[in-house]
Amino acid sequence: MEANTTPQPKASSRTRSERKLAWMLCAPAVVAMLLVTAYPIAYAVVLSLQNVDLRFPDENSFAGLSNYVTVLTSSLWWTDIFNTVFLMVTTVAIELVLGMAIALVMHRAIFGRGVVRTSVLIPYGIITVVAAFAWQFAFAPETGFVNNLPLISDEMDWFGGRFSSFAVIIMAEVWKTTPFMALLLLAGLVTIDDQLYEAARVDGASAWQRFTRITLPLMKPAILVALLFRTLDAFRVFDTIFIMTRGALETESVSILGYNQLISRLNLGLGSAVSVLIFLCVFLIAFIFVRGFGTKLDEGRPGG
Amino acid sequence: MESRNGRDYALWSIAIVLVVLFALIPVLWLISISLKPPAELADQHFIPSSVSFDNYKSLFEGGISDSPFIKPLINSIGIALITTAISIVLASFAAYAIARLEFPGKRVILAGALAIAMFPPISTVGPLFDMWRALHLYDTWLGLIIPYLTFSLPLAIYVLVAFFREIPWELEQAAQVDGATPFQAFTKVIVPLAAPGVFTAAILVFIFCWNDFLFAISLTSSDASRTVPAALAFFTGESSFTAPTGSIAAAAVVVTVPIIVFVLIFQRRIVAGLTAGAVKG
Repeated sequence: MEANTTPQPKASSRTRSERKLAWMLCAPAVVAMLLVTAYPIAYAVVLSLQNVDLRFPDENSFAGLSNYVTVLTSSLWWTDIFNTVFLMVTTVAIELVLGMAIALVMHRAIFGRGVVRTSVLIPYGIITVVAAFAWQFAFAPETGFVNNLPLISDEMDWFGGRFSSFAVIIMAEVWKTTPFMALLLLAGLVTIDDQLYEAARVDGASAWQRFTRITLPLMKPAILVALLFRTLDAFRVFDTIFIMTRGALETESVSILGYNQLISRLNLGLGSAVSVLIFLCVFLIAFIFVRGFGTKLDEGRPGG
Repeated sequence: MESRNGRDYALWSIAIVLVVLFALIPVLWLISISLKPPAELADQHFIPSSVSFDNYKSLFEGGISDSPFIKPLINSIGIALITTAISIVLASFAAYAIARLEFPGKRVILAGALAIAMFPPISTVGPLFDMWRALHLYDTWLGLIIPYLTFSLPLAIYVLVAFFREIPWELEQAAQVDGATPFQAFTKVIVPLAAPGVFTAAILVFIFCWNDFLFAISLTSSDASRTVPAALAFFTGESSFTAPTGSIAAAAVVVTVPIIVFVLIFQRRIVAGLTAGAVKG
């Protein structure tokens, strides 16, 4: 800091060596981060403009935008966009409410805060694929205990329909990722001055009024950051769907579509067009959050 | 907080019990089916009426060459540990520079790291698949370590920058004034102060690698490098007539319980790491 605040000619050689050291220290991490993002996305753009099918390697040719036209005019892409956005909005909405409730319990409970914090960390430590299997087995008509519960029909075939599959997928996703949401919200919650609540209580505000007039407005930045990270994460949903339905019965997400084109069908051209479109969607969502809602990203952090 | 009457206690108890049940039920359920003998697998009971360890035995039967589980387990542990080690070293260098030094480009690096944290991995899967086949990295440990490194670095850098900013670096100079060499000042004063943050970042990176599924199924094709999540997706039963439910549950328990124990032991650090930098101040 001193080197910047006192711009003396003497400091310049020190500043220069400090800069050099800083760049040398950052270079390996920067290179490693760009290696698998900048170059591959550029390569994906190149691939998406060609007919590349690894099953017919001799038939590569320039395709222009025809791969994009194929994707954007197929009903499958729009079905998958609907599925992905539907799952994203529902999952994140449920998580926000549930995460806020858990954060309030962790913050305000008059006892047992440690137990709550300990237990919410359990889903965080579990592999998403494992969580997906746990919920799949629970809802499977043959082995699961869910159909044995009161109020639920023994005959209910959860994975036999689109929206009943979604219900299980949403439940597994919510279970796995709510702890992260709750911890981020708790971090915002603890920064609110208790005196504000005391003052409001003296003025006769109810608990609900204190929540909507003090907690929510003051937590807006923390909520927006948590929502942005969870929304982008939810848009990438892949593991749970792959395990539970593999995208059958119109439950496919855009990530599953990309995987099917690229890895299962080895159609790199078409698959890359899907990849680039997904990248643009993620960019659009981030743009909406930052410009539309005024999310302050420098207060944020990458999700875990 | 004076009105600690019975009603408050009852309400908080219910809330706490609900949260604990919410977190625990799927785990207990996995343990339950992993212990059910095959004949009782379909009894739909949450608690097994009799206990058998056959599912666990079948996982390890045949040793490393025939077991469907041992090699993926070794791959998972090896790949996650190597990635964590490299990621933490690179991230520590960068985080030290960002937390302590003044240089142009600092904000660009942080913004870039943030952008990569939001980057959709599926967008890189196709190109990587093609490149890795050409470079003979397909279905190798290195082929997974490289993408894991890229996608774990932003997380590690953010956590470490948040921790490093809290370190009272003046102590290093104070130690040197007291006669310590620069090396001693660094190893005796700074390293112990930085260790908790480094350890926290390491846990989070390890869990990130341990959890990945997309790269693991896209860039591997055999037990040479297939990790546990990918192996689970391709598990088959003992014979084509038995569903692999029991084995999957047992394998899931084996890879879950150690991580849960670990997470619970270091829960304070993990909470600090997950929320590092989430709120300024």
